[in-house]
Amino acid sequence: MIEAVLTGAVAGGTCIVFAGLGEIVAERSGVINLGTEGSMLCGALAAYAVGIETGSPWVGVVAGLVAGAVLACVHAVLVLHRGANQIAVGLVVSFLGIGVTALFGQDYVGQGVVPLETWDVPLLSKLPFLGPVLFQHDPLTYVSFLAVPALTWMIWRTRAGLVLRAAGEGPEVLEIYGTSARRVRWVALLTGGALAGVGGAQLATAATLNWSEQMTVGRGYVAVALVIFAGWQPIKLAGGAYLFAGAIALNLQLQARGWELSRYLLEALPYVTVLVVLALLSRRRIHGGPAALEKVFEG
Amino acid sequence: MSRSIRAAALALGLALVAAGCGGSDTASSSDGGGGAKDDGTFTAGFIYVGPKDDFGYNQAAYEGSLAMKEAVGDVELLQAENVPETAESEQVMQNMIDKGADVIFATSYGHLEFAQNVAEKNPDVIFVHQGGLEGDNQLDNVGTYFGTVYEPVYLAGIAAGATSETGKLGYVYAFPIPQTLANINAFALGAQSVNPKATVTTISTGSWCDPSVQSQAVKTLLDQDVDVITQHQDCTKTIIEATEAAGAYSVGYHADASELAPKGWITGSEWNWGPLYTDIVETVKAGEFAESDYNGDFRVGLQTGDNPFVQSAYGSMVDDETKAKIDEAKQRFVDGGSPFEGPVLDQDGKEVYAEGEQPTYAEVETMDFFVKGVVGKIG
Repeated sequence: MIEAVLTGAVAGGTCIVFAGLGEIVAERSGVINLGTEGSMLCGALAAYAVGIETGSPWVGVVAGLVAGAVLACVHAVLVLHRGANQIAVGLVVSFLGIGVTALFGQDYVGQGVVPLETWDVPLLSKLPFLGPVLFQHDPLTYVSFLAVPALTWMIWRTRAGLVLRAAGEGPEVLEIYGTSARRVRWVALLTGGALAGVGGAQLATAATLNWSEQMTVGRGYVAVALVIFAGWQPIKLAGGAYLFAGAIALNLQLQARGWELSRYLLEALPYVTVLVVLALLSRRRIHGGPAALEKVFEG
Repeated sequence: MSRSIRAAALALGLALVAAGCGGSDTASSSDGGGGAKDDGTFTAGFIYVGPKDDFGYNQAAYEGSLAMKEAVGDVELLQAENVPETAESEQVMQNMIDKGADVIFATSYGHLEFAQNVAEKNPDVIFVHQGGLEGDNQLDNVGTYFGTVYEPVYLAGIAAGATSETGKLGYVYAFPIPQTLANINAFALGAQSVNPKATVTTISTGSWCDPSVQSQAVKTLLDQDVDVITQHQDCTKTIIEATEAAGAYSVGYHADASELAPKGWITGSEWNWGPLYTDIVETVKAGEFAESDYNGDFRVGLQTGDNPFVQSAYGSMVDDETKAKIDEAKQRFVDGGSPFEGPVLDQDGKEVYAEGEQPTYAEVETMDFFVKGVVGKIG
């Protein structure tokens, strides 16, 4: 059962990992993007629709990436050029994504897509326990495994990461050194939207092989919350996403085994687990955020 | 200052766009606008909570309305999709009345109280509501109707019980509402009628459509040696495809999804509202609504004819012997029997309906237990 729960944690958590990584990039640059839910949906629909039209799931994934970034543009324009409130705009952008995908997605409900097939990693997938948990998934899941350390390295060990953090900590300083904070934030927001789009693409074309209205059911918002609780650290974020999805998998396992537990309790499990564990782990989280997060910077 | 106002205006504009996309009322007449109230044409208005092409509940109702027009002939249609279950729906219904609607079909559960409000103000217009119970507010121009889906679900259970090799069936559902509990119990009792040891393992997803959880629910059930999976969900594709990919069997719900499961499709339950809508419209047209069964809480099952829930086509694994058993059970329901004919025991083995006893349609609508052999917990 532990193996099944952990496998479920990875299978269900991957789309949240992508969206959360995207949100980390955006927030490290100083912008909260609550539109992540909308970007995930745009990514899911674009990947599904383009996958069907072209017959290639990979072209679909690229379309999902682009669609997620396009929706993030709306957020970027309003926040970076109009100085609008990030929270309010983010919510509106989210609803925009929900509405637009519901409208354009109608034709694709119930249509079949060429799936992004599961690819067992040679040798590693044969390992007992670890094989099924980590190495019997779709290719995008492996990409997410690599993206977590890659982003950590990028943020802390590269010049690009330094500039990104500077935009979030002290945009004035960045401007003094001749780099436009607004430009950095544009790139960060587009990257964030693109990653959320890839998360949506993974959900639609690999995890569920389905498109339906609002199919993310709030996972974009979960990703945003996890970023804050995870103290803007990619590794903790991934842990939080797997914890969330693992709790869902545990709920299903317990139900199928006929455990006499309250349904309501089991359904609250993912949220309660994540809140409790992250609250215990990160007492410093309130002070760990980028200093200029959410502040309007008139560069 | 002016900058933030402009930004706010932009945001508001976008919000309106979003709201417009998400829940627009696309009321339209089938042939270009109904006339005024007493122009002699008979007009039927339909409101739906979702899009008319959702491959599920709303699409079935929409197709029923078209079938009704086909059958009745001399009737105009007014259609409104995405009508929320709020006071906004009153406006939509009133608009239809202003366009000459003589009867309004409010097809979603949450539309009832708003339909009753509009009905009070428009005593000449008939309101029929799909799925609800009138409660204390009994008006002469309001009625509710619904089918008894658990009858075809029981029949599908027979086929599932006969097909399963492990005797373990799986049921993915959203919430433990009475209608769902009745379906699960009927499915279990149907299977047990051919395999007394059959069990039904249930998983609640806590959502009418969460494909990610659905796909994991299927894997979880298969881990427990379940080899037939059915569901009560709004979006059904993920579950059927995941079941098919694993080489297990599917029993469908809402629609015939046999093309998604060419190998494992056993049968299913699907909607056919046309005949019932036709009968309601004919009754209203004839001016006989007030005296008819429709002016009340009307539940139509096999014993009263025109059950809007019918059985889907069989897969090739269903043999003639099983089909004969299903026909026999169906005939029993037509003759007044029920899937819940006693003795029926609950999960703990306590007798709920004694030998020879059976619940009425109304009693089934308040069902709050699992029968013996169902794995799962309510609440």
